[in-house]
Amino acid sequence: MENWSLVSVCVLLGLTTRWAVSFSSYSGAGKPPMFGDYEAQRHWQEVTYNLPVQEWYFNTTDNDLGYWGLDYPPLTAYHSLLCGHVAKLINPAWVELRTSRGFESAAHKLFMRTTVLFADILIYFPAVILYCIYLSDGSSKRKVATALCILLYPGLILIDYGHFQYNSVSLALTLWGIVGLGLGWNLLGALAFSLALNYKQMELYHSLPFFCFLLGKCIKQGLMGRGLLLLVKISLTVLVTFALCWWPFLSDPQLILQVLHRLFPVDRGLFEDKVANTWCSLNVLIKIKTLLSRDTQLLLSFALTLLSILPSSIKLLTKPTLWQFKLALVNSSLAFFLFSFQVHEKSILLPALPVCLMMNELPLMAVWFLLISTFSMLPLLLKDGLLLPYTVTSLAFLYLGVYLLSALDRSPEEELRLGSCHKRMQNYLSKHNLSLLVKCSFTVSLVAMAGLSFTSVVLEPPARLPDLFPVLVSVFSFLHFLAMLLYFNLVQLTEPSSKKSQKKTN
Amino acid sequence: MIAEWSWFVALAFGVSFIKCLLINAYHSTDFEVHRNWLAVTHSLPVSQWYYESTSEWTLDYPPFFAWFEYGLSHFAKYFDKEMLVVQNLNYASPATVLFQRLSVIFTDLVFIYAVKECCKCCREDKGKDLLGKSSFILATLLLWNFGLLIVDHIHFQYNGFLFGVLLLSVARHFQKRHLEGALLFAVLLNLKHIYLYVAPAYGIFLLRCFCFTQNNADGSLQWRSFSPLRLVALGLIVLSTFAVSFGPFIVKGQLQQVISRLFPFKRGLCHAYWAPNIWALYNIADKALSILGVKLKLLDMSKFSKASMTGGLVQEFQHSVLPSVSPLITLICTLLSILDAPDSLFAYNIYLSIIFVKKMKTPFLKALFTLFPTTELPIKILLMLLFTIFSFSSLTKLFSKSGPLLNSVEVAYLLGLVPLELICEFVYPLTSWQHTLPFIPLLLTSVYCALGVLYSFIRLYLSVLAAPSTTGKAKSQ
Repeated sequence: MENWSLVSVCVLLGLTTRWAVSFSSYSGAGKPPMFGDYEAQRHWQEVTYNLPVQEWYFNTTDNDLGYWGLDYPPLTAYHSLLCGHVAKLINPAWVELRTSRGFESAAHKLFMRTTVLFADILIYFPAVILYCIYLSDGSSKRKVATALCILLYPGLILIDYGHFQYNSVSLALTLWGIVGLGLGWNLLGALAFSLALNYKQMELYHSLPFFCFLLGKCIKQGLMGRGLLLLVKISLTVLVTFALCWWPFLSDPQLILQVLHRLFPVDRGLFEDKVANTWCSLNVLIKIKTLLSRDTQLLLSFALTLLSILPSSIKLLTKPTLWQFKLALVNSSLAFFLFSFQVHEKSILLPALPVCLMMNELPLMAVWFLLISTFSMLPLLLKDGLLLPYTVTSLAFLYLGVYLLSALDRSPEEELRLGSCHKRMQNYLSKHNLSLLVKCSFTVSLVAMAGLSFTSVVLEPPARLPDLFPVLVSVFSFLHFLAMLLYFNLVQLTEPSSKKSQKKTN
Repeated sequence: MIAEWSWFVALAFGVSFIKCLLINAYHSTDFEVHRNWLAVTHSLPVSQWYYESTSEWTLDYPPFFAWFEYGLSHFAKYFDKEMLVVQNLNYASPATVLFQRLSVIFTDLVFIYAVKECCKCCREDKGKDLLGKSSFILATLLLWNFGLLIVDHIHFQYNGFLFGVLLLSVARHFQKRHLEGALLFAVLLNLKHIYLYVAPAYGIFLLRCFCFTQNNADGSLQWRSFSPLRLVALGLIVLSTFAVSFGPFIVKGQLQQVISRLFPFKRGLCHAYWAPNIWALYNIADKALSILGVKLKLLDMSKFSKASMTGGLVQEFQHSVLPSVSPLITLICTLLSILDAPDSLFAYNIYLSIIFVKKMKTPFLKALFTLFPTTELPIKILLMLLFTIFSFSSLTKLFSKSGPLLNSVEVAYLLGLVPLELICEFVYPLTSWQHTLPFIPLLLTSVYCALGVLYSFIRLYLSVLAAPSTTGKAKSQ
């Protein structure tokens, strides 16, 4: 079969899966007074459509920030404005100021789901296809298989088309950034990532690798000549992009400060709910939330995050290749997820994106990580009534990963990319045994995930420990994420710096 | 052996995953039909099955299907006992929906098994890569037949299971296990009597290939090789199957009632279950005449009840028969074209599939802007595109030697479906005729599709008639 038809089939399968998941319920369905993220997005359409720009981020009589106040950067607001205009054309009641609060109907759900699909088709799908065709190794069948697996990653589908969010927009823009930088279109890459940052501030998790990669490239081209010129051009691109996005707010420093205050709510504490990161898991043993003061918590989190991303960033700076870049993206975003302030469980999608890009080179580890990332959001998905799509998409993804990418066949030493580290390990563990160990751990992990999922649904937690299952899920996921962080750091840092010892790296 | 079939397992799992995702999609009245039958067969004794009429959806399938529902009902009680209460009309709790959907997905295993058996009969394609093998293409086109997916897993029917039985019987014939094939077909007829219209062709085929044991050198019939023993064996199998099925009802003296349920002759109108798309053309004539009749004051509008207008009857017929029939045609075409029949059949398979989706949409046009069907519209379009792209692509590869698959007229016809679709779904509803002549889109679609299907049928017959010796040889091998 020709390539174009194979790619079309993948795209159609991806779209079909997404739309089928969208039949399910959304966050906060039928749950007044606050509802959920779905209502938040609808409310932003209402606010941005009816109020002038200057009032969007302020607490006014018309704009109650306590009821889903805007807490994303301006690009999200502009997107909501666009959707609001379309909504007004179809049914003005959907965005009527104040009276449309809590509006729910089948037609409205169809409209909202369509906006997500539209954004996906426009931005996310082309980015994935381009990445797989131009920046992925292997035969064309392998590239298409990779594309299919990326498009069917359950976590993103369940959150965007189930819970309801627009993560695919910011992740797609980041992916465009990666594709741009990978193909040597540095300015486009910088532009795309700046837009991503202006869409969701969580993309800051990815910002250090982008910075180091670009800086590294400039240094390689010589800081006194072409490198400096490139640096200036990139900086200008970024500055202009930011200026354009923040244009309506540039007139008054108060506006900018207020927006920043909304974007980075340091008052909300170290963490909320159950999330699979260090602080929440540590809290199970030591109540650090109450033990340490808020300032100490901030400092501790900042210090640990910085410490964990420093080695990876420095390595990237010295060796700015695409492979190092992807690894750095994983390491940076995973470190932020584990150690940063006010992390939500949905932020796991940020490390998930670069891990998706590694499905070709490290199929087993990538599939493992992506399955755990979906599993870590189980309590949220159960609250939203997404058990069926969760089960089906996770099983399908596992099956595809094992069958199409031969994840289980390719776990010998070279494939794990542990390089020189493994040579030292060979004193204790032969190649065969390592591969066996990894496969066994993977299987055990899968069984545990299935078991925990089953018990979370079927069993009632004991009265003394009502949060037992969410806690178990987060701690289990946390341990995996920590191990993955160590693993990916090992892979990145043990890669030889000289060009002679490069084999399959890019 | 396992590695050889791993691609088949992947295809089967893949389509099953999609089916699971569609569990919460819209379902039509057929869902209630089957729930009612579950309730009737579970709660009432056999003697009441064909008399029960609390619900308007009375049992109108042959006894084996009733027993099938009875068997299912024993699993149903673990999901939700309330669905088995006959009085609970339109009961559709989440557990009920889950059970019913899962039952379709599980019984599809019969279909999957049958497809595997058919693939084993495909010609060997050594040296070709997987995506070019005829067995792979056949399996994909059958397992992922989007018409079947839409009807069974969105609207709700058990066609996959029934097609599976039919396909299995055909596969058995190709494997020279003729008696098994005949038995399976007899069972099928007692599951859903619609397949009666395939029975003549099937019977003649059996007669030709099984009862006449030898062929002449040039492939033509050797009349003297007729084997009465074989004919008797076939007869015995068929008769005993029918005896098991209808026996209990004959003993109770209920045969008349059962037949009247199976073949509802309303007001003397006989439903011929063959060539159902002829009804589309009949529809127009009927509608035109009735309007003319009203205008000329020959007919009185007030006397038109739903049952008296033949248009209404045909609509009901279309609703019950068409969903089953059109995918069947496409499946048969697919099968025939892969298994050594004229290449051109394959093209018509795509034709019919696309036309089928148009046909399936007509009930929605009737329902006008109820949102439920519209939510499922993207899925239908996506699945159709998926199927079409795959078909075209793989067929082109398979039959590249025999020239382009469709000539320009045919391509133009297929492309014409797009503007037709746009007019019917989007443009027409905005015009003023929507209120006075609401059936025009329905009519347009039916006529356009009927023309396409008739054209395909005629060309099909011509191509089969034009190459008798090659097909005869293939069957006698």
